[in-house]
Amino acid sequence: MSYPKGTLVRNSTATRLNHWITGICFVLLTLSGLAMFHPVFFWLSNLFGSGQWMRAVHPWLGVTLMVSFIGLFVQFWRDNLWNRDDTAWAKKLDRVMANDEEHVPPVGRFNAGQKVVFWGMALIIPVLFVTGILIWEVYFGAATSIETQRVAVLIHSMGAIGAILIWITHVYAAIWVKGSMRAMLHGWVTPGWAHRHHRKWFRGLVASGSPGPTPTSTAKFREH
Amino acid sequence: MADLQSQDYIRRSATNLTPPSVRHHELEVAKLIDVSRCIGCKACQSACMEWNNLRPEMEEFHGAYENPHDLNPGTWTLMRFAEYEDEQGNLEWLIRKDGCMHCEDPGCLKACPAPGAIVQYANGIVDFISENCIGCGYCVKGCPFNIPRISAQDHKSYKCTLCSDRVGVGLEPACVKTCPTGAIMFGSKDDMKDWAGERIAELKERGFQNAGLYDPPEVGGTHVMYVLHHADKPSLYSGLPDKPHISALVGAWKGFLKPLALAGLAFAAVSTFVHSIVSGPNETTEEDEEAARREMSGPEMSGRGNSEGKGKS
Repeated sequence: MSYPKGTLVRNSTATRLNHWITGICFVLLTLSGLAMFHPVFFWLSNLFGSGQWMRAVHPWLGVTLMVSFIGLFVQFWRDNLWNRDDTAWAKKLDRVMANDEEHVPPVGRFNAGQKVVFWGMALIIPVLFVTGILIWEVYFGAATSIETQRVAVLIHSMGAIGAILIWITHVYAAIWVKGSMRAMLHGWVTPGWAHRHHRKWFRGLVASGSPGPTPTSTAKFREH
Repeated sequence: MADLQSQDYIRRSATNLTPPSVRHHELEVAKLIDVSRCIGCKACQSACMEWNNLRPEMEEFHGAYENPHDLNPGTWTLMRFAEYEDEQGNLEWLIRKDGCMHCEDPGCLKACPAPGAIVQYANGIVDFISENCIGCGYCVKGCPFNIPRISAQDHKSYKCTLCSDRVGVGLEPACVKTCPTGAIMFGSKDDMKDWAGERIAELKERGFQNAGLYDPPEVGGTHVMYVLHHADKPSLYSGLPDKPHISALVGAWKGFLKPLALAGLAFAAVSTFVHSIVSGPNETTEEDEEAARREMSGPEMSGRGNSEGKGKS
């Protein structure tokens, strides 16, 4: 995939595919999970063909998401380590919320909000995976005691609500900060976008001469 | 059956609105199992399979009188045998007909996420409506008595119906009909309690000081009750729970968590909307692009050549 001239690569094609596999699984899991969580959402089961189909497909989506998320984790964890810039950024959250980024300290590839989303998901998704396995009636219904399954289903529900709350924040941020959706759909951002939202990332790329997404991506991209 | 008796529902799984209950005159029924009269012949087990057309798979011998060794999707009632040595050193053979207790406050129904997959009729019978069952196994987690079993063939949950189809047309359950010693009785719950009272008095006269009725109040009472010679220790009877109750975990999951989660999700969604209205989108301006261009064309940029974002992957 080629990017428009004069832009920076925010997410590689592999990253984007990986992200959207995860995202689609997450949305389908949310729809089916909410349908099994609260009666007001049960009609969502029709989107999956029937209640039986929904019950059957939900765990497989979960397994797919777990595998897919590991791919994202490997690609993103290093750039999501917390540093002093993030603390400084977080202290100016009110300025961030007011779109007043002139008065917000510059950050690297990811800001503190994105890092909270990343680590929140990195914590909750494995918990959902393990508790989900325990309540996967078809294959593991007889593997553990009913009491264990009661604990698992309660943790699974609470974890899922936490993950959905994080997801709402994630989706809204992408809608709110213009250019973000394109960065994940088509991969590129304008230099001005990078300068405005992730100035240290931008300067790192400028200093290394890389088109992104990381300062070491240069050689790889130039070869093509 | 679901259509025939839908107006008799007093509880319906995964349903927030109160179901219609025009037939409020309905008499509450109960099955009374007098353990002290049971001879363990398993006629009730056979009658259950015959009436409900169940043919569970043949099993291996497990070294006990239970046959099959546990309840399963095709075995809705099971004779359980326990050997108990009392204080005087006498051996007692405690035989209990296990199966759904038809709780007044059914944990299975509370846990069920599928609307109308579990219903309770005005007469007290708790019934699984298979066409609505999605096979999730939540009823198993909700049940304090470990009764429902999920079929590996059709992925639906099964248990004793208290022969709701027979009761609906004025017949007694098949097990009651067939019991040769009169150990299983069926009638209105009040009548069954009265009858149990007489029987318990007899047992006490015969020396069973702790004889009593098993109608656990923790689940609001049950529509299947036992007369036990050792009502002070129900667990002697192959693990009949001493104080059966819907697990607090299930209570939290189906109680406070549901409205709390809904409120949390709604709050988050509304908050983002309000923020969008108040702050508007965060757009990259021409000034940002200009600032970026200035930095990119600085002296440190010499030699970057055609690297200006001409990427491919």
